[in-house]
Amino acid sequence: MTAALLFDAGLCLLVLVVAFSAVAGRGLFGAIAFFIIYGMLIALAWLRLEGVDVALAEAAIGAGLTGMLLIGAWSMLKQLGVSGLPGGPSVPLRIAAGAVSGLVALALAATVLALPDGREGLSPAVAESLGRSGVDNPVTAVLLNFRAYDTLLESVVLLIALIAVWSLTPRAVWGGVPGLAQHARSDGVLSMFGRLLPPLGLVVAIYLVWAGSSQPGGAFQAGTVLAAVWLLVVMAGLYDEPPASSRNLRLALVAGPGVFLAVGAVGAAFGVFMGIPEGFAKPLILSIEFALTVSIAVTLALLVAGRPRRPA
Amino acid sequence: MSGAGLDSATLFALTGAILIGIGVYGFIVHAHLLRRILAFNVIGSGIFLMFGALGFRGAGNGTDPVPQALIITGIVVALSLTALAVALLVKLAEEEGGATLPEEQPGRGEAE
Repeated sequence: MTAALLFDAGLCLLVLVVAFSAVAGRGLFGAIAFFIIYGMLIALAWLRLEGVDVALAEAAIGAGLTGMLLIGAWSMLKQLGVSGLPGGPSVPLRIAAGAVSGLVALALAATVLALPDGREGLSPAVAESLGRSGVDNPVTAVLLNFRAYDTLLESVVLLIALIAVWSLTPRAVWGGVPGLAQHARSDGVLSMFGRLLPPLGLVVAIYLVWAGSSQPGGAFQAGTVLAAVWLLVVMAGLYDEPPASSRNLRLALVAGPGVFLAVGAVGAAFGVFMGIPEGFAKPLILSIEFALTVSIAVTLALLVAGRPRRPA
Repeated sequence: MSGAGLDSATLFALTGAILIGIGVYGFIVHAHLLRRILAFNVIGSGIFLMFGALGFRGAGNGTDPVPQALIITGIVVALSLTALAVALLVKLAEEEGGATLPEEQPGRGEAE
């Protein structure tokens, strides 16, 4: 018990030091590198809290994809010559910011310590209804059954974010190919991984969706794995991004929310809109999850690739 | 793997509180917008850690599934926001030749 506590205290200290390096470090690129390490350490903290679903999402999305986005932005800003600023923040600003952020942290810490013990939370309520949800993983039950509204709206938020990113496209390349053309040596390490890893990633992704009904995993984690595989293939120069005007691409984008809404409509026929009918819960949830996985993968990959930059 | 004890959960919740503070610090001191986006993500994961750790129910029982589901939703929404913010920032840099807000560029704030 004390060994575990010691490990956790060390982990917390490491998380804080790395987070501070990511926020206050001098160079922009170094800060991003620290941020990715920070994401991995946070995933470790989630493992310690036995939130494996969150740990998977944090490692894949929080550290991996966010890190890729930041590195991509850094390289574009570097080409434009604005990846850094001359001189750091002034000392009075640092002192003022330190005081404000210190107060925020103190107030939050005091709130954490002031909470009463023996909080039940919602886990008894989830455990009670789990048998009727159609799945055994309580997190999946919450995401796709008890709070299906949230998840539907979340998949729509992803779609709207992509539309917003695309809306920054200049007229000349509207509906064109996202991102810049990638060149990699065909006998290089990147190309080799680009050919080697996709089959493995595909198997892992399908397993994550399927296992998500009874164990940690699910559409978001699996979708991120698929998106990462596709980004690797594009970076290795093996295939290029499809044009944003492609009809198949757009169908893949709306498939997840579409199937989700259709199941919601079936629920309406049984009495409650977005209520999953009890007898068919497992097949319905799995079909939503597989459709969502495809849409989430395509949306995440395109969000990271950025707006169209080349004509179709 | 044996899970964390209840005291560890408090430790993680307090770490979340300090992470939020660190993120707020970075958000205030940096004028460069990419560093602000990074600080925003640190604030976000600090909030998630604090929220989740407060729902921890002891070793072997895991963390309350409702906060877990909300946090997974939050992680995805934070990524969507980051992607949009990065796209806006790159557009700003292309159009204006800078990665800071106009009022924070030296010598321009006073003119307005």
